[in-house]
Amino acid sequence: MGVGIEVINLNAWYGTNHTLQDINLHIPANHATALIGPSGCGKSTFVRCLNRMHETNPIAKVTGTVRIGDLDIYNDAKPVEIRRRVGMVFQRPNPFPTMSIYDNVASGLKLNGYTNRRVLDEIVERSLINSALWDEVKDDLKKKSGASLSGGQQQRLCIARALAVDPEVLLMDEPASALDPISTAKIEDLIFQLKSQYTIVIVTHNMQQAARVAEKTGFFLNGRMVEFDSTHKIFTNPSDKRTEDYITGRFG
Amino acid sequence: MPEIHISQPQLEQKSAIHGGHPPAGPDASEISAVRKFLLSRGNSAVVDRGFYWLMVLCALSIFGIVALIAWRLVVSSELAWSKFGLSFFYRAFTDPDTHQFIFWDPVNGHFSAIPFVFGTLLSSFLALLMAVPLAVGLAIFLTEMCPRALRGPLAFLTELLAAIPSVIFGLWAVFVLVPLMRGHVNPLLIKVLGWTGLFSDDNPTGLGFLTAGVILAIMILPIISSLTREVMTAVPQSQREAVLALGATRWEMIRMGVLRNARIGIVGGIMLGLGRALGETMAVTMVIGNTPEIHRSLLSNGSSMAAVIANEFTEAVDDVHVSALIEIALALFVVTIIVNALARLLVWAVTRGAPSQAR
Repeated sequence: MGVGIEVINLNAWYGTNHTLQDINLHIPANHATALIGPSGCGKSTFVRCLNRMHETNPIAKVTGTVRIGDLDIYNDAKPVEIRRRVGMVFQRPNPFPTMSIYDNVASGLKLNGYTNRRVLDEIVERSLINSALWDEVKDDLKKKSGASLSGGQQQRLCIARALAVDPEVLLMDEPASALDPISTAKIEDLIFQLKSQYTIVIVTHNMQQAARVAEKTGFFLNGRMVEFDSTHKIFTNPSDKRTEDYITGRFG
Repeated sequence: MPEIHISQPQLEQKSAIHGGHPPAGPDASEISAVRKFLLSRGNSAVVDRGFYWLMVLCALSIFGIVALIAWRLVVSSELAWSKFGLSFFYRAFTDPDTHQFIFWDPVNGHFSAIPFVFGTLLSSFLALLMAVPLAVGLAIFLTEMCPRALRGPLAFLTELLAAIPSVIFGLWAVFVLVPLMRGHVNPLLIKVLGWTGLFSDDNPTGLGFLTAGVILAIMILPIISSLTREVMTAVPQSQREAVLALGATRWEMIRMGVLRNARIGIVGGIMLGLGRALGETMAVTMVIGNTPEIHRSLLSNGSSMAAVIANEFTEAVDDVHVSALIEIALALFVVTIIVNALARLLVWAVTRGAPSQAR
């Protein structure tokens, strides 16, 4: 089951560039939360702060508190432990090209020393079923490489890979922006099904996508979070003028 | 004035916009002179074609040189070929008095390439054994761990190592490495690993296969590490992030995200190092001992294909002797060309193929 995320006074920098300024919000457990905003507004940086990927860049810096469930991720834990509990799906599908489909899905478990063959088989199957890829790949799980799939299949493979380690939170950084409309629809269906079991945070450029999959939506602009509310309210009756301008297409 | 490239009607328009000032640029007759000059020039088709063929000739000369070398080697080694055939590479003679093997004794007409092939393979293998872990480690440090400020200078230094002439490596080996091996390394190896039979104490000179291997390792280190670095840099950042996001430590990220994706290219780099080690002449000749024998001990004197050519070619008077040396050269030529071609192909496949693979 997923857990909620509490963000308090989060600030982030790339070098001297102050990319996130005083972010405060509560992301509810077992729901999908969408983050929208124009390019460069800091929404990707924000999700990368939730699994401490932001700091893998040597010039990056973060201050503030992020609590995932009961865990204060910047004070109580090492990045490695957090990333085992928080799955991430990236903008461009990045399966491991030298591994089979099976090994791609099992990679997170094998990495952590999981070797029980029977359990691995089960987890791989369940993850691929959950990511709606099982029927398409079940016949060549160990024959085909992860790179041999189509772009949309690759992205679902990456979702299966993230699900296999049974994360509490699933971060998705524009997971459909590199995909065609049919693959995009599949990914959205998937998010819709997964959100009962996982806390999902999805960054998207596509406002219809946010409206379709998310209960809560946050609007980011110039490194600040302008508004955070139920998706319905954001898209029908936003409290802030800038949110309204953005969703009605007046800029961005 | 910038208007110099603009033709007359545009000039007039411009001046009209600027409030009727007379055009300040060159007047009409001068511009038409420029144009006349340009029109008077031919289309240069002849010069272009000549240039094209000149460049084609330059490119073809590479093939020409390689073909000429191969042809010369084949022709000059014909005598040895007709006399010994393929047995040149596997036969051995026995001394009638001592019943010991003799492979190479030009005075008595004994010619066999076995000890040289053996020496070349053994010294190159020892070199790879030492250089590969060091080079890959260095490449990992430079691409994944090194602070940015240190990266440039360190990479530069490693590549500088490749620019040192091999005779200087040989000289350094004779004055520094050989005494070191003789005084400290070899005795220690004999004491600790003597039981394996690979390190026996019958050669007190400090020369031999192992010393040649060490100097070769130092010489091929830069090429392996710089190519490994190149293919590791070609691994997309998204692969590293994918592994990190699964909760990998830095080492796991390097193993799964970087080395795994770059392994074919690393093998290519290793083979390129092997190609250099096989053909290296000067430094090896100075430290390998130059005796055409085969021993089990890595500390014994030996010789290599390149070393025997360098040592004996100037003194070889007998036609068969010269021809046999050239046949060794031909074998070395063929082997190094194949190893290098394979290596280049592997490196090329990885550095070109990587971005599309990880799309």
